[in-house]
Amino acid sequence: MTAVEERPAAEIGQARKRKEDRHLITGATTWTDNLVLPGMLHLAILRSPMAHAKIVSIDVSPALQRPGVIAAFSGQDFADTQGVIPCAWPVTPDMVNPGHPSLAVSTVNHVGEAVAVIAARDKASAQDALEAIEIEYEPLPVVLDMAAAVAEGADLVHAHTESNKSYTWTFESGTAGTGESIEDALANAEVTVRRRFIQQRLIPAFMEPRSTVVQPVGDGFTMWSATQVPHILRTMLALTLGVPEHKVRVIAPDVGGGFGGKLQVTPEEVITTLVARKLGKPAKYTESRSESLMSAHHGRDQIQDITITAKRDGTVTGLDVHLLADMGAYLRLVSPGVPVLGAFMFNAIYKFAAYRFVAEGVFTNKTPTDAYRGAGRPEATFAIERIMDELAHELGMDPMELRQRNWIKHEEFPFTTVCGLVYDSGNYEAATEQAMQLIGWDELKAERERRRAGKDPVQLGLGISTFTEMCGLAPSRVLGSLDYAAGGWENAAIRVLATGKVEVVTGASAHGQGHETAWSQIVADQLGVPFEDVEVIHGDTQSSPKGLDTYGSRSLAVGGIAVVKAAEKVVAKARKIAAHMLEASEDDLEFTGGSFKVKGVPGEGKSIQEIAFAAFAAHDLPDGMEPSLDADATFDPESFSFPHGTHLCAIEIDTETGFAKIRKYVCVDDVGQVINPLIVEGQVHGGLAQGIAQALYEEAVYDDDGNLTTGTFVDYLVPSAADLPSFTTGRTISPSTTNPLGVKGVGEAGTIASTPAVVNAVVDALRPWGINDVQMPCTPERIWRALSQGAQTSDRAAEGTVAYGGASTATSDGTSEGAGDQL
Amino acid sequence: MARVNVTVDGISYSDDVEPRLLLVQYLRERLGKVGTVIGCDTSNCGACTVSLNGKSVKSCSVLAVQADGGDVVTVEGLAGADGSLHPIQQAFHDKHALQCGFCTPGMMMAARDLLAENPNPTEDEVREGIEGNLCRCTGYQNIVAAVQAAGQAMAASEGANA
Repeated sequence: MTAVEERPAAEIGQARKRKEDRHLITGATTWTDNLVLPGMLHLAILRSPMAHAKIVSIDVSPALQRPGVIAAFSGQDFADTQGVIPCAWPVTPDMVNPGHPSLAVSTVNHVGEAVAVIAARDKASAQDALEAIEIEYEPLPVVLDMAAAVAEGADLVHAHTESNKSYTWTFESGTAGTGESIEDALANAEVTVRRRFIQQRLIPAFMEPRSTVVQPVGDGFTMWSATQVPHILRTMLALTLGVPEHKVRVIAPDVGGGFGGKLQVTPEEVITTLVARKLGKPAKYTESRSESLMSAHHGRDQIQDITITAKRDGTVTGLDVHLLADMGAYLRLVSPGVPVLGAFMFNAIYKFAAYRFVAEGVFTNKTPTDAYRGAGRPEATFAIERIMDELAHELGMDPMELRQRNWIKHEEFPFTTVCGLVYDSGNYEAATEQAMQLIGWDELKAERERRRAGKDPVQLGLGISTFTEMCGLAPSRVLGSLDYAAGGWENAAIRVLATGKVEVVTGASAHGQGHETAWSQIVADQLGVPFEDVEVIHGDTQSSPKGLDTYGSRSLAVGGIAVVKAAEKVVAKARKIAAHMLEASEDDLEFTGGSFKVKGVPGEGKSIQEIAFAAFAAHDLPDGMEPSLDADATFDPESFSFPHGTHLCAIEIDTETGFAKIRKYVCVDDVGQVINPLIVEGQVHGGLAQGIAQALYEEAVYDDDGNLTTGTFVDYLVPSAADLPSFTTGRTISPSTTNPLGVKGVGEAGTIASTPAVVNAVVDALRPWGINDVQMPCTPERIWRALSQGAQTSDRAAEGTVAYGGASTATSDGTSEGAGDQL
Repeated sequence: MARVNVTVDGISYSDDVEPRLLLVQYLRERLGKVGTVIGCDTSNCGACTVSLNGKSVKSCSVLAVQADGGDVVTVEGLAGADGSLHPIQQAFHDKHALQCGFCTPGMMMAARDLLAENPNPTEDEVREGIEGNLCRCTGYQNIVAAVQAAGQAMAASEGANA
């Protein structure tokens, strides 16, 4: 064997095209719904049409008479075996968790809740037979409005609880010793601005509907599921169903997007398992889009009361945050923790002296909420970036100047915030300067003034969002201190095959993020092997047995580092063999370009491939050395990383129609070192689309009876290509100091940052009308109403229909009462 | 049951089907053509887009029996017999126009129809042209770039063949 000729130039930083693409662009995919097993039964689920009702009676037996039907079950059939959907994040010791059955047994608590399941020979037969199930409901009072739900004497979502409150979670910097007293800040404030912002309810709306196949195997089972979290799912299914964990195998094949929406242990996964095991046959359940929109968990949905205090010169002093967070009808996997994830982000990049955060989790008769892209951090970023604009307006100050006055300077890193978090690195000045240049900020400001002065029917609004976020979930000790049930480490294993090819096993379970490509780049550099020689294995608890999966912008910053650590162990083993082969001391060897050479000695060394073969043959290894280069590593970060960026939005508002059109959107993101700029760019684009969608298009709307009126893609407005602008992106690089690659996270950045940039732009355009808020989504109707009604009514921008869907949104929990209330 | 004779990706099939069976169900469940996927139930998302007699259709909105006598091309029939990628597939790969890949089959089939009608579309024309296909991952920017690049590549190769 000969040494490899020339190692490729450093892979990290190359815009490598993705290894994942080939099978996706040729249709050779393995979506869960594609799977067909011998004897497989198809399931259909009957769902509650009532938001809150007692199940007086249910009889599934008529369905058995229908053609093709094999079995039918109601919640009563599984009452003793189904357990409850797990909640892994009891955020306070006294948090109320009412218990979440997979199939409702005696009451239903939201429209779309599963009440019965039919197994048939084919899907159509199962669906046809649903109508034969006889079920009688007795309506109960419907609780929808969060504010009303926590009022004295409110109707209860769960009769066995004392109130509709799940928990109250608080943080106060004076008490925590991380800052000054918020009460002092409030009492001594020269300027106080108070606002109520509404984070509307959103739906993750991954493109691949959820699908699950379960095959009984011996006294256990194998599950294929469209999930982000095969490892968490395996452990939780074992605990929920009482099946020993080693008898459970979970496979996440090709998974079509998740965005937090597939970070769950779903009732449908449990139901499919119960039926398959009961019947001893493989079973498949695939949801329709309508089922998905009303039963897969939702996101956001907060009422945010925000108070900011400052000196007259614009120095911010205190921030007081009070949230009502809608849990929906039940707690799912991390429902209560989502608002808490935002607890440390409201202060954002600014140097507050005092800070308080109070979140109350509230039950309503709606679909449960849980993680959706950003999970807590978009909500926080929206509130702070919106209130900074309101404070600037109150002070008569330029909103950018206000930010500059208060943000952490680049020379102040690492910086300990008022929450006690240590921000690793950043350069807000550089990102902002680049963004302002890219968009032509000064010219746009001049144009805005011209249009205002000329009373142009099309007004221009300029919006800013200078955001940071907390990435790389998470240091296990921090999660422990927040009462999360699991850790935040990640695992990787590297197997060096006899021929020098490399298998990388990762516990991060990709569903579109491009791990196979990025991990190959990392390993290529670490081991000095060609990019093409690396195969990445993931998404099956049998082949990648250990991991904590993909969410929270953690894959690279945690999972990628585990890969590095495993590679370091491989190199250490190889070094021993190389020293033996070269008859040199280990200390005298250098490892570059995939080869070990004796320092200062010319000539060929030993390549990693030669060493791999030597380890395989094992004819002549150092005494006591095992014949393997394989290694694994589990990396637990000591700290988070904090990406940041400056997003600027210029929006044109037609004041005659209320139509808002983004003219230019510029973002300069700093995500630390970049492994693959192509993938990073793609993540930013997709994130922007979802954040802009919250600002302008999307809202999950319930009517007064608790029916989801945006239950199809006709009404729930996932934007199309025609609804979005082309984005201009830039980048600064402040390497993270908390991991050896210097990387941060990028998966959620665009979503977190973009929403307030757009809404700030909308409000900026409407300032001359005395308008200081428009509730999201900022539909043409809402903008038009705000313009028509002027500044007189405080809730003018809360009413109105979703852009084109015709669903009414005039609910009391959506009012912006207090808007305009400047103290 | 009704008889349907149809050519899919160059292969002729003849099957008895329920009249209500959708073309996408026929493709996936009867023919095993699972490269074409179902993303919604209201014909909004376009994930199931295929070509029927040279025009792109959402195969959830066509009955299998309506395809009788027809010629269907799916994502699985785009690449050459030798495995060479179609210019649209190549462009989607080159421009990083897919992430999870679920919308990709339908998106590429819609793009193929768009480029047949307008070989050199502007950015706005692409955005309008693929409006019926939803993507949740990419923000569309790279998809738009891929469609334009594919159009140019196809024009160049036709020019070379002329």
